[in-house]
Amino acid sequence: MTLEALLFYLFAAIACGSALAVVLTDNVVRMAFWLVMSLGAVASLFFLLEADFLGATQLLIYVGGTVVLLVFGVMLTATGPYVQIKTTPAEMFLGAGVGGLLLLVLASTVMGINWENDVAHALGAESEAALAADTTVDQSGTTGRPLGLAFVGVRPDAVGPDGAATRPGYLLPFEIVSVHLLVVLIGAAYLARAKRRVEPATDLLS
Amino acid sequence: MDTVGLNSYLLVAAMLFVCGVVCMAVKRNGIGILMGVELVLNGANLNLVAFARYTVLGLDGQVMALFVIVLAAAEAAIALAIALNFYNNHLTIDVDRGSELQG
Repeated sequence: MTLEALLFYLFAAIACGSALAVVLTDNVVRMAFWLVMSLGAVASLFFLLEADFLGATQLLIYVGGTVVLLVFGVMLTATGPYVQIKTTPAEMFLGAGVGGLLLLVLASTVMGINWENDVAHALGAESEAALAADTTVDQSGTTGRPLGLAFVGVRPDAVGPDGAATRPGYLLPFEIVSVHLLVVLIGAAYLARAKRRVEPATDLLS
Repeated sequence: MDTVGLNSYLLVAAMLFVCGVVCMAVKRNGIGILMGVELVLNGANLNLVAFARYTVLGLDGQVMALFVIVLAAAEAAIALAIALNFYNNHLTIDVDRGSELQG
């Protein structure tokens, strides 16, 4: 067994087991811990998939930002030292049944398709040529520069034979997402601000 | 077993997705539901990056995954603000209590 396969099975087991633990535990703080483990393992899987910039972003934003935000939420909404809102066993049983069936459907779909041959056939001959052109660029493992160029609208990694770019740039979605993030954060600060009770005027006068 | 293909990554992503969906459906704690949403988005992200690595999707899949990460951060911020408001109004985070709109 190669080192890559060994690392994949290790991190896949950590990701799946931690995700299962998030579902099964009732304590919110422990759920946050298992969520950190799962997200970290997924970041390692990103590194294994040669997406180094994305793995680093996952660690920085998800594990460092979003989960800390969730833990702050736990802290601000906790009524006791151990917050446990139990789910009834009937609901858990129902959820496990539905989840198991959904997993069965997804797994049988994934295993039923021969991705290497069937998908390449379905996409046609021209995309096979594009695949041959792309794989020469994309295997280096350093994706920071092509990703940054794609976000400003330049795609030097996907250039056709006539010199024109064959893939779109992402400048407009990037701007939309950045403005969206700004608006959302302003809205969140407005929604979550501490509300001051307005004293009635009679109290001030008396 | 010796080489890891696209199927293995898709199976891991399916497992994450199902865990997130069950977490969203079963938990009564509002913060727990948010954690389920994060798990679902991570499963989708893993799918995108796996397809970017193994098929013609290429760099576009990673761009989409970055957008998903940013939007997930925005979603967590706004949902947490809503959860705080819910807590201020109901003095609990149990989502079964928010039944004022029930007909």
